[in-house]
Amino acid sequence: MTRYILRRLAISFGVLFVGSFLLYIMVINSGDPLEDLRQSTANNRDVLIDGRIETMGLDLPWYERYWGWLTGVAGCFYGACDLGTDRSGTDVLSMLQQSASATLRLVTIATFAAIIIGIIVGILTAIRQYSGFDYVVTFLTFLFFSLPVFWAAVLLKEYGAIRYNDWIADPQISVIQAVIAGVVLGFILQGIMGGHIKRRLFTGGATAVFVIVALLYFTYVGWWRSPALGPVIVILVSAAFAVGLTALITGLGNKRVLYSTLTTVGVGAILYFALQPILAEPNWWLLLGLLVSAVVVGLIVGYFWGGYSRGQAMAMSAVTAVFMAAMTFTDHLVYAWGGFLELKPRPISTIGASTPNFQGDFWETTLDWGTQLLLPSILLTLISVATYSRYTRSSMLETMNQDYVRTARSKGLSERTVITKHAFRNALIPITTIIALDFAALIGGAVITETVFGWKGMGAMFKEGLEHVDPNPVMAFFLVTGTAAVIMNLVADLAYASLDPRIRR
Amino acid sequence: MSEENRDTAMQGAPEPLPHAGGDIDDPKFADKSYSQGQLVRRRFFRHKGAIAGLAVLVFITLLAFTSIGIGPIPGWWDQDFTKTGTVVNGGKPTMGFFHFGEHPFGQDTTGRDYFALVMRGTQISLVIAFVVGILSTIIGTIIGAVAGYFRGWAESLLMRITDLFIIIPLLVFAAVLGSIASGAGIWALAVVLAAVTWTGLARLVRGEVLSLREREFVAAAQAIGTGNWRIIFRHILPNTIGVIIVATTFAIASAILLETSLSFLGFGVQPPDISLGSLISDYQTAFTSRPWLFWFPGVFILAIALSVNFIGDGLRDAFDPRQGKDG
Repeated sequence: MTRYILRRLAISFGVLFVGSFLLYIMVINSGDPLEDLRQSTANNRDVLIDGRIETMGLDLPWYERYWGWLTGVAGCFYGACDLGTDRSGTDVLSMLQQSASATLRLVTIATFAAIIIGIIVGILTAIRQYSGFDYVVTFLTFLFFSLPVFWAAVLLKEYGAIRYNDWIADPQISVIQAVIAGVVLGFILQGIMGGHIKRRLFTGGATAVFVIVALLYFTYVGWWRSPALGPVIVILVSAAFAVGLTALITGLGNKRVLYSTLTTVGVGAILYFALQPILAEPNWWLLLGLLVSAVVVGLIVGYFWGGYSRGQAMAMSAVTAVFMAAMTFTDHLVYAWGGFLELKPRPISTIGASTPNFQGDFWETTLDWGTQLLLPSILLTLISVATYSRYTRSSMLETMNQDYVRTARSKGLSERTVITKHAFRNALIPITTIIALDFAALIGGAVITETVFGWKGMGAMFKEGLEHVDPNPVMAFFLVTGTAAVIMNLVADLAYASLDPRIRR
Repeated sequence: MSEENRDTAMQGAPEPLPHAGGDIDDPKFADKSYSQGQLVRRRFFRHKGAIAGLAVLVFITLLAFTSIGIGPIPGWWDQDFTKTGTVVNGGKPTMGFFHFGEHPFGQDTTGRDYFALVMRGTQISLVIAFVVGILSTIIGTIIGAVAGYFRGWAESLLMRITDLFIIIPLLVFAAVLGSIASGAGIWALAVVLAAVTWTGLARLVRGEVLSLREREFVAAAQAIGTGNWRIIFRHILPNTIGVIIVATTFAIASAILLETSLSFLGFGVQPPDISLGSLISDYQTAFTSRPWLFWFPGVFILAIALSVNFIGDGLRDAFDPRQGKDG
């Protein structure tokens, strides 16, 4: 296996090298780097031109320029990274450090959200094939496939962010609006749940009533401007998650796993109160540490409850613990929203990656980040969700028609076991490849998103570099995306091997 | 990939078994046999989404090419997209429910008729999309077939090139090449875009050819001394025609999005040429004051891409041999 990984890496880096060569040659031949100076009317025009020729090395032949760049990059392997300077003499490495974090944050969030939503939607549409829900989702995926990103972004700004910002200034929901929202949500949910007409009416009706009452109640108590979840909701939702997860993966018949996940929620509830003072002003390292300890707690609880299904109990409890930690995190974030609104009256940003001169505590700064990320992530997520849900759906349909699934059904396994254990695990195999391949494309797509939202990310660096016929920023962009693509591909191969024993060697 | 059979579902008939038999079992077809092409055509024309998509696409194409004419041939629309004029009523669209008015899509800031501009943009975007789609299909088919049939260096070269495209995002590749070629007009841009979009199809065709070349009919052709190229073009490729046609359709849909995105970023179609993407790029800041400048080109991109995607979906269902029963 190690030899296989090493061979793959060697080939990938070979391709990366060829790619860098091609890209470099193409970029330096894509135009005239002195164009703006040639047309300038400044007195010191010739001095400026000479200066730029000097910084960019335009008097050197192309192979020397490429060699210079390559030796600089090779320095990265022994800690002396030099990605060159852009045309005005700014160091590209420091530019990259600033911009890469913004872009990777965006792309990572969008990828994770898209994987989770896309796979869930894909499975649901595959199980409810030919239902109204399936048709609606199919149409929507086609719509998102066909959506020009840059166009949708402007619409989202206008109708998502600006309207919301207007609304949050004085949040009011009339009875009619609440009824419409409730009926729509109820209609969607009954489509997903399916079943007999009686069951559908009940699901839809219950959802509608719940949503209407909740919306009106929230408006009445002014929840929108000073929201809170509180311990009751956090614990209840976590417990529901624990039960739901157990029901879905092992079935409620497996008491050991059920008790294990519920105990984890209990421990989490104690920690929720115990950690309140620390969480008032935390930092990211502390939160990361707490997340790791949550996983450890889950594993320990699972270990002691587990018994005959120890592995499953440990895994489920760890997942439950992570969910509970996320809920607690959300609880604090939501609680900070009221104060955040005071600092930033129009919360959802349409331009930039962070508000300039924003002063606030940890939670408010995080909220500021989040509101900046919100629109671009929604956009990138929607487009990837369309792809992933489509692939998951067809992959699921393919496996559901296999003989082994029929065998599983005929030996009397429950539908849940058939779908989660037999169909879904096999359907995952092609999906992993798609996701890994998509990651690089998503960074490419981020170029457009960043342009529309005015982010100073890697996309902007690439775009400006290309416009100025300035190879170094473009190549820095390529290095990051290329390396990310190589790594993601390797991960996909390894995941593939672990999911499909047939190709293990 | 087994795609659904919508008609069966809509009629509430039982679902066909995945690999279940052909049309012979169906009493409807008992006394009549259909050729492969007829079956495909019948399945396609029963796919409602595909038909709607086809109608929309034909309508948009006719509208774009007849309204302002092609080159020297004048169209039925009397306004010229280059001619500036006085801005009437803030340039608002004059289109109503039953009348077109002077400027149905309004006017831009310099008083140019926006309907004519959008039509011109649609023409260019359509031309590029179709040239890219067809050209990349031809390149991809030939390279894929050669790689799959001869194996050896052609195949490893193809796989390495595919790796290259995984590592350099398509948009980046296209942007760099587009900025080189964009000075040379829309045809050069189309050729360049085709040169970077063929890899997907090449992999697809290679996969098909790899399995087909082991089949008996290829062995039979080889046994009677048929040349390699004749085997590829006469025996193997006709068997992959479904895959190729479907992939071409989706390639056209993604080409229109790629071209408009590039033009939006400024690396695609350059002035004086207009594309739907560059129109949006030019007027995106005008959204609050003149929203129509923003709406119309976007809606046209969406309509074209959506209809082509639906046609592709219909074609895929039509070509899928696992489609059964109701033909």
